Amino acid sequence: MSNDASTASGMSSSEIRNFTLNFGPQHPAAHGVLRLILEMDGETIDRADPHIGLLHRGTEKLAEQRMFNQSIPYMDRLDYVSMMCNEHAYVMTIEKLLGIEVPERAQYIRVMYDEITRILNHLMWLGTHALDVGAMTVFLYCFREREDLMDLYEAVSGARMHAAYYRPGGVYRDLPDEMPKHKPNQWRSEADLKAQNVGRDGSVLDFIENFTERFPALVDEYETLLTDNRIWKQRTVDIGIVDADLAKQLGFTGPMLRGSGVAWDLRRKEPYEVYDKLDFDIPVGVTGDCYDRYLVRIEEMRQSNHIIKQCAAWLQQNPGPVISSDLKVAPPARADMKEGMESLIHHFKYFTEGYSVPEGEAYAAVEHPKGEFGTYILSDGANKPYRLKIRAPGFAHLSAMDEMVKGHMLADVVAVIGTMDVVFGEIDR
Amino acid sequence: MALTDDTLQERLEEQFEELDLIITDANGELTVEVAAADYLEFCLALRDKPQFQMEQAVDLCGVDYLDYGKEANTPWIGQRYAVVLHLISYRLNERLRVRCFVEDDDFPVIPSVIEIWKSVNWYEREAFDLMGIIFDGHPDLRRILTDYGFVGHPLRKDFPMLGNVEMRYDEIKGRVIYEPVTIDERVNTPRVVRKDNRYV
Repeated sequence: MSNDASTASGMSSSEIRNFTLNFGPQHPAAHGVLRLILEMDGETIDRADPHIGLLHRGTEKLAEQRMFNQSIPYMDRLDYVSMMCNEHAYVMTIEKLLGIEVPERAQYIRVMYDEITRILNHLMWLGTHALDVGAMTVFLYCFREREDLMDLYEAVSGARMHAAYYRPGGVYRDLPDEMPKHKPNQWRSEADLKAQNVGRDGSVLDFIENFTERFPALVDEYETLLTDNRIWKQRTVDIGIVDADLAKQLGFTGPMLRGSGVAWDLRRKEPYEVYDKLDFDIPVGVTGDCYDRYLVRIEEMRQSNHIIKQCAAWLQQNPGPVISSDLKVAPPARADMKEGMESLIHHFKYFTEGYSVPEGEAYAAVEHPKGEFGTYILSDGANKPYRLKIRAPGFAHLSAMDEMVKGHMLADVVAVIGTMDVVFGEIDR
Repeated sequence: MALTDDTLQERLEEQFEELDLIITDANGELTVEVAAADYLEFCLALRDKPQFQMEQAVDLCGVDYLDYGKEANTPWIGQRYAVVLHLISYRLNERLRVRCFVEDDDFPVIPSVIEIWKSVNWYEREAFDLMGIIFDGHPDLRRILTDYGFVGHPLRKDFPMLGNVEMRYDEIKGRVIYEPVTIDERVNTPRVVRKDNRYV
């Protein structure tokens, strides 16, 4: 490429200066396995053709062969930086088909973990986006906080990422009374250990409250690195502008749509779970460029923090069940199963055959950190879905790649990939 | 989706009296079945008429009804393929699902709605790739998710879950080769339909 470029620049302007450039599939700025075929006129993009599917695992086909609950872990692996939100859309669709109620405490837990996931996702996005655009430090800062949030995942589900915590009818178990602590070892000094265990003396909820106290100052820290940074602004302001009408046409949702000035958020417009009882704002951009989308996501982190705080306060006050008591769709308590015949039968049927979902179809969507993440399930009455369609926000966003980078320089492609927040797990499914 | 206005059904019936629509309201969602011949015209009206204003196609997917109802011994009669479109109106805060059965089972062709909603571009490519439905009028109907040179449409019900070919590196030929699959499919949990008295 560099050879071609140097010979081309030596040519007179009347000669053709068009190149086809292959970007990826293994490229540090491609956020996974994106292969882009760029048709360029000098350093300007004429046409971008993303080739996707390199991470296609056939989740939809696999789900057709599995009981409803067996597909929950597959949902984690779709958008693997916002795991619980994916599960949420899936279990909500099943709940809709089954027509079951979720206990209020489970709804609060879900909302709280959705928002933790949103911060988790936005931190990942911010770190990698800044890294691509040339700011290394932010990446290190973001991953420091991600560690705390991953510990929260681990505390409730046992897994740092692929939690499988949400279940139709509620969540797998209640929040533990004790937050796990880092243990002393030969590589960790006394002082380090103390610093790492800050806020971990009480329950998981205490640690979450401690985190929400600390987090706004940390967001300020990221902002001091970027918001007024001249290089950051040169790389993002007026790059990849999408106006409101075009954003709707192109299928944008979430921060991509709000960055273009459309005040649309499923948490407000189609409130699910307990979002209608919570106080939070929806940030909206003005110009629809990469910088606005950056500002929207930063503000979303602050709002998420505010929501987590409200949920944690409610959960401290209100104990209760966290999963439906309907034994056809939720397993019985372990102790009951050991003693009661009926519970044993329910337990056996639940884990071997699953539950049959009434014939019909449903689509449920959540405000996922990346946009509208929905699942459409068509059921013929069996214990497995007849057809599962996953509506991934990144898929629609990436399809607008051509539209967004046309006329921009090659280096801006990296900024646009970053602003889309693409994760191939959900795009390729 | 719970917010879908109750009058949407009435507005649809009023506007499209002459079309043979089947409207169902289930789980708080409205589904409209439209004949393939009216599909394009219907979609255009949904976008442009002030009482619908469906500005965005949120999702489009293909469905293969080949095995539908097999376990319950009520085999599917009717067309095999359908296209399911999820629409949203931002101004009216309404959603609508449109289903259109594709006329011919052997060579399923349906008009593309890409001129109406740009966002269906990749969704139609995906439905073509995975389900083999051909969208007439789509400018760039290539495979999207499967491998370059892939044969078959994996989400069709008669496509085996394990696929037809497996891939390995051949030392002698010095390249990757494809061979028929050597493993057997194993079903751990059979697919069953249970009448559940809670829902009667």
